[in-house]
Amino acid sequence: MNIHPPPSQGARVDLLLLSRMVEPKSRVLDVGCGDGALLRLLAETRDVDARGIEISQAGVNQCVARGLSVVQGDADTDLVNYPDNAFDYAILSQTIQATRRPREVLEQLLRIGRRAIVSFPNFGHWNIRVQIMFRGRMPVTANLSSAWYDTPNIHFCTIRDFTALCHDLGASVERSIALNAQGKPLGLKIPYVMQNLIGEQAIFLLSR
Amino acid sequence: MSDAKHKSKQGQGAKSRARTQPDASGSQIAHFPQSEPLPLDCGVELAPFSLAYQTYGTLNEDRTNVVLICHALTGDQHVANTHPVTGKPGWWETMVGPGKAIDTERFFVICANHIGACMGSTGPMSLNPGTGKPYGLDFPVITIADMVRAQARLLDRLGIGDLFCVAGGSMGGMQVLEWAASYKDRVFSALPIATAARHSSQNIAFHEVGRQAIMADPDWRGGRYNDDETLPRKGLAVARMAAHITYLSDNALHRKFGRNLQDREALTFGFDADFQVESYLRHQGYTFVDRFDANSYLYMTRAMDYFDLAADHDGALAGAFEGTSTRFCCVSFTSDWLFPTGETRAVVQALNAVAANVSFVEIESDKGHDAFLLEEPELFETVSGFLTAAARRRGLARPGAGEDAEK
Repeated sequence: MNIHPPPSQGARVDLLLLSRMVEPKSRVLDVGCGDGALLRLLAETRDVDARGIEISQAGVNQCVARGLSVVQGDADTDLVNYPDNAFDYAILSQTIQATRRPREVLEQLLRIGRRAIVSFPNFGHWNIRVQIMFRGRMPVTANLSSAWYDTPNIHFCTIRDFTALCHDLGASVERSIALNAQGKPLGLKIPYVMQNLIGEQAIFLLSR
Repeated sequence: MSDAKHKSKQGQGAKSRARTQPDASGSQIAHFPQSEPLPLDCGVELAPFSLAYQTYGTLNEDRTNVVLICHALTGDQHVANTHPVTGKPGWWETMVGPGKAIDTERFFVICANHIGACMGSTGPMSLNPGTGKPYGLDFPVITIADMVRAQARLLDRLGIGDLFCVAGGSMGGMQVLEWAASYKDRVFSALPIATAARHSSQNIAFHEVGRQAIMADPDWRGGRYNDDETLPRKGLAVARMAAHITYLSDNALHRKFGRNLQDREALTFGFDADFQVESYLRHQGYTFVDRFDANSYLYMTRAMDYFDLAADHDGALAGAFEGTSTRFCCVSFTSDWLFPTGETRAVVQALNAVAANVSFVEIESDKGHDAFLLEEPELFETVSGFLTAAARRRGLARPGAGEDAEK
């Protein structure tokens, strides 16, 4: 059997930061939960009632074999099945850029969760801008390592794009964190313009 | 093809073993007297009635470690012990036993023969107290909910309040869903496998073929074959042959038999079993007759046909699960065309609609519906992971194992 390190050690920094936005003992739905790393972290550090949806059957089966409550499903089509306010938090971790209809998915998240937490790679990061500007090629970075023709990420956005969408949907941003290339959170006082330039990824806590 | 070679020998020996009474050898029996009738969906009461059951493992002091297993159409209570009639291993020994996914060192496992079946519980083969003869078709039509109601009565009798888990595949899975819908407070976790919340039109059609085969056999005698000491052997065998095809898959059959010939070098230009697949099916049919009652087959198939959980809740399946706090793990198999994944997905969607705690695993297998009974490591990992997590939630400690072993 695999030996798993305690979840707080070795977990990705973005997942740790995200998990700290979640109130202990709450009900959580992780949409696009992958191999269940965030669900495990939340279950074990925040004692939440954690559920997941994952599109890949292999990911689902792995999660369930580890005792997580996960169903196979597609964020684009299956969120409509859940009732309003079913969860305290509906989470979309590094997944929104891979959905077909990010706007509708975000609306669904805000409907089924009292709060939504969304994390995504920031396409406004200077490194990406520089690659397009000077190389004239689609950017490839450590976080976004796929070539344009085989990436699952079809709807990239920048931090400013995302805040604009939240505004359009009438969602209020309760908290946001931008992480630099080293995965360190940037200071809270930094204006969005700078976050958008030096943040490699972002985490937003939203409410209706 | 050793299976097929045994065909003729077992076929002949069987005649002398044809049973006219329910056989409960080796099982415990709970008798419910006339004063404790079982109310049935068809509107009548069944009394007296008996349930034959097997248990495995030890009931803990708090009575919190009970796993109820619901058997399938032609299964019985012999989950994990040698079968008293066939001498074969229990039907779910791959899943249930010491150290297995349903671990009898940890859980107290109960499986009861369904009401209407023929391995010791009251069914059409039992004596009708009104006539002193076997019920035959005078036995009332039984539903899945009736079977579950009878199981609940057994648990009451055993002093067991709620179940740690209810598990079962196929018709057993229907009962799992019925348990979860009708006894929400008594079911901590539910494991419906390769099943559906309603029997499809195609599946009713297959069952009707089987029933007509039995009823077309002149030895069926309008269901009174026991009086005449006959048995509708051919009819029941044909019913089993047709049904057996639906339990497999095109790929599984082809992998196992292809177009191989049975004990011969060339086609015989006749209607003997030239092909291995024919010989295999005939064997399945003939041996089935030795262990199953034809009238019970009619009643069991009818119970499945009538099952429609949504219909019992104003047509909305989600209504069946409203307010549930049960943890569910639904499992389907890619090549199961009797209970295809879409059926399980409908259950999962209904559970999502009430924000139930649900896991849903579709397992890649080419073994068809029967995959749930076979060696499927991914099924065992799923069941083991689900039960371990549920046991942790319920505070059931695993004897002699640390946290690491549970992950």
